[in-house]
Amino acid sequence: MNFSLPYLSLLIALPTIGAALIGIFRIKDENQVRKVGVLFAILTAALAILMAVNYDSNSYSALQFVEKYNWIPAFGTSFALGVDGISLTLIVLAAILVPVVLIAGWKESEGQRGSVRQYVVLTLVTEAMMIGVFAATDVFLFYVFFEAILIPMYILIGRFGGARASYAAVKFLLYSLVGGLLMLVSLIGLWVISKEQFGAGTFDWIALQDLQIDGTTQNWLFLGFFIAFAIKAPLFPFHTWLPDAAGEATPGSATLLVGVLDKIGTFGMIRYLLPLFPLAVDYFRPVIIVMCLIGIIYGALLAIGQSDIKRLIAYTSVSHFGFIALGIFAYTSQGLSGASLYMINHGFSTAALFLIAGFLISRRGSRFIEDFGGVAKVAPLLAGAFLLAGLSSLALPGMSSFVSEFLVLTGTFTRYPVPAIIATTGIVLAALYILLMIQRTMTGEPSEAVRNSVGELNTREKVAIAPVIAIILVLGFFPQIVLNVVNPTIDRVMILVGATDPLPTQGEN
Amino acid sequence: MSTALLADITAPNINYYMLAPILVVLGGAVLSVLVEAFYPRESRRSAQLALVLTTLAVAFLAVLNIKADSILGFTVVNSVAIDGVAVFLQGLIILSAIVGALLISENRIDPLGDAFASQASALPGSQDEQAFTERGWYQTEVWSLFLFSVGGMLIFPVANDLLTLFVALEVMSLPLYLLAGMARRRRLLSQEAALKYFVLGAFSSAFMLYGSALVYGFANSVELGDIAKAVSSSAANSNLMLVGSVFILIGLLFKVGAAPFHQWTPDVYQGAPTAITAFMGAATKVAAFGALLRIFYVALAGMTWDLSAVLWAIAIVTMLVGTIIGVAQSDIKRMLAYSSIAHAGFLLLGVIAQSKTALDGSLFYLAGYSFTTLGAFAVVSLVRDASGEANHLGQWAGLGKRSPLVASIFALFLLALAGIPLTSGFVGKFAVFAAAYEAGLAPLVIVAVIASMIAGFFYVRVIVLMFFTDSSNDDVSVVVPSFATQAAITITVVATIALGVFPQPVIDLLSTALLLK
Repeated sequence: MNFSLPYLSLLIALPTIGAALIGIFRIKDENQVRKVGVLFAILTAALAILMAVNYDSNSYSALQFVEKYNWIPAFGTSFALGVDGISLTLIVLAAILVPVVLIAGWKESEGQRGSVRQYVVLTLVTEAMMIGVFAATDVFLFYVFFEAILIPMYILIGRFGGARASYAAVKFLLYSLVGGLLMLVSLIGLWVISKEQFGAGTFDWIALQDLQIDGTTQNWLFLGFFIAFAIKAPLFPFHTWLPDAAGEATPGSATLLVGVLDKIGTFGMIRYLLPLFPLAVDYFRPVIIVMCLIGIIYGALLAIGQSDIKRLIAYTSVSHFGFIALGIFAYTSQGLSGASLYMINHGFSTAALFLIAGFLISRRGSRFIEDFGGVAKVAPLLAGAFLLAGLSSLALPGMSSFVSEFLVLTGTFTRYPVPAIIATTGIVLAALYILLMIQRTMTGEPSEAVRNSVGELNTREKVAIAPVIAIILVLGFFPQIVLNVVNPTIDRVMILVGATDPLPTQGEN
Repeated sequence: MSTALLADITAPNINYYMLAPILVVLGGAVLSVLVEAFYPRESRRSAQLALVLTTLAVAFLAVLNIKADSILGFTVVNSVAIDGVAVFLQGLIILSAIVGALLISENRIDPLGDAFASQASALPGSQDEQAFTERGWYQTEVWSLFLFSVGGMLIFPVANDLLTLFVALEVMSLPLYLLAGMARRRRLLSQEAALKYFVLGAFSSAFMLYGSALVYGFANSVELGDIAKAVSSSAANSNLMLVGSVFILIGLLFKVGAAPFHQWTPDVYQGAPTAITAFMGAATKVAAFGALLRIFYVALAGMTWDLSAVLWAIAIVTMLVGTIIGVAQSDIKRMLAYSSIAHAGFLLLGVIAQSKTALDGSLFYLAGYSFTTLGAFAVVSLVRDASGEANHLGQWAGLGKRSPLVASIFALFLLALAGIPLTSGFVGKFAVFAAAYEAGLAPLVIVAVIASMIAGFFYVRVIVLMFFTDSSNDDVSVVVPSFATQAAITITVVATIALGVFPQPVIDLLSTALLLK
């Protein structure tokens, strides 16, 4: 299997070309714009799946499908792409979700401040940059994508969102910019150290792992990266932008934002923090674990108190990101596997929640839970799909999230029993916020307004949501599909950071 | 006796190739005065424009000639140093001047004519003024002044002794004081700005001259190389030298608009005709930072330790004043003025860092910044209502809807000023900050990054206004400018993107550019 396409460049190029075609030919007809957009998104997804099939999960090399082109030699930076197991799965997640989002949100860009054309173009541009972020193996290139992606996302939130969209968009942008600039300082520091130690500055991720950095410097550099990632992820207390942004954005953009974009934060933690700053990770671990625990509980409690469906889903994500980060910083291979799997599962189950909530909201014209009730009677299929998505989100066994949550908790328990026990309460609270929401929106007698406005899923919506539900179920029963790809990478990370799994607790003889 | 003295004086050895860019521009300026005197009024405007553009083009070719043949060295009794840095800066100043000239030539956007008063000597609001306006006169002396100023700017960063530096400063500044006061609209504001600029400028020039005298007292020479030798060889730390160098720095920091010598910047940026603001904001910054870099790297290199506390304080204050007060601005030109102050602060990091990488970074930063500034002010001049330019930020609301192209271009410039990746601003910032970090200025880099965040806020606010806010005033519109302005905007957009995406050629060019010491 030596035949190799430049998969990653193509994956970045395809959506860009699609966006450019729509932009250059200024296609007037809205349906045609959407069809071209969906076509390119599906092509990208197909290519991503083809790449995943060709990925050799037994290989010992750190990165596959490596490409490298000189960019700014003076800064030692190059256009370098490559994937490991974790980034591969995230790219596939992004590539699958974009066509789903475009189809599900067929109508949501109509009657907004921006035009349908802008919406499709921006979504495709966002996709290209998301793939770029996950594929970049040059830290500078990663930073460029990390920052550049803010612009299309910012416009998507601001021009297509709800009444307070511009406030939410600015909040999103400013939070992200602050994080990005802090990361820039660390990036510069890293580069200067590489210049001192190697003679010439470099941003090559693999080369940077050979740096010998003393503890204090590591701590400072770590903080720059960590705060950027913690804002992106978002971890408590950097999470306050998320409910606003996800609440105001269209359901499609919210899906991409929470489902994929926020994974850049947790992905960055595994990709950059653990291998580059192992001493600092050790130093800050207790604080981070406390942050994760607060996030898990606090996000869940706030989710219970929400009256707006989209904000509720956003807060559940704050809680879930706490789990993901907990798995990462527990430093066990189970925890890391769980976290990596969780990133994928969370992507799909949040997508299902946001998109179906979007169907509901567009029918009823309201985001508030109190305006619903009894939907199950008038639209049983819609209610059933929502229930499934909800159950996946609360990690019911048989659903994909269950496996990942279980792995995170067992992985954490072997090293940190008390935090693991505290985190478990998050599961109980998850059942509460999801089931309460479903009870209040789906069950009971439908009001006159609901009866008149909420109808059953139409074909387009079914087509959009079916693959997501299918993936949730398949991954629930066969998590090995993802785990097989991810685990070799995790083993490498564990070796790199010099961590070993604690022995299982033995009973007294 | 007198013959004996005369015999001692030898004619200076002058290399005319090295001086060609300067001589061409100053010669063009003299010709322009003659055109003013002898050419019929009706065709004077087009003649002047052709003369100016030709002069600048020839001057640019002269710079390229120096570069190609690398005829580098000192000339005119060591008073001018033509080195790699000088060639780069002169080329950059001439390019900025060409774009500036295109903007100054604009006469389509204002129904009354160009951006300058028909007769600057007529009292604002007087009948004379009205009469001249009705006659459709143009104040074509603008072009002569412009060329003289460019000539001064070309000398400023290559001056290798303090007297030449002072003369260049005056040649560069005096025409600018006048140009700032010649706006056609809001003339009182413009004249007030000019007077402020002049008085404060004269004050700072005096500081610089006094500082030069003190330094001469210490070093017994005004040549930068001799001063450096005197600093390194003198065992005792002389207060004379310290005070003298601080005074010279005050003069230069005034020109670059560093706090606390920045007070003139917002008023002059706001009051001057926008095309002049664009030219001044770009080219003066390049010339003044060029001179500052040369003085600091060549003459004062041995003084770094003594001056570092002062410079650190000035850099920090400049960055914070520029960004924090910038947030409170409601006038677009004042906002850009404060942004220019902040950028001066960022550039000071490159001055303090004292390394080859920092020098390269600063020069790259200047290249990116000058084009972005020219472009941003060019766009500012297009947004107008019935009474002239619509500079109040509130009037920019909803611009993205009415003129998506112009609003997008302006957004690009704002993002470049904010230092977002893939724009020239990011590469420049990265280069300067990295060099500063390398030189052990990490605390300054952190302040710079915090300042960038605050600045990011007010740039983003304008983008929000343009794209996400619904407009309440329909009388504001974007005027379609002449071909010249369109060309200027195109050049600046291309430069901003190209320097951001493919900076390597310019970085390569810079890596070979050295400072002669």
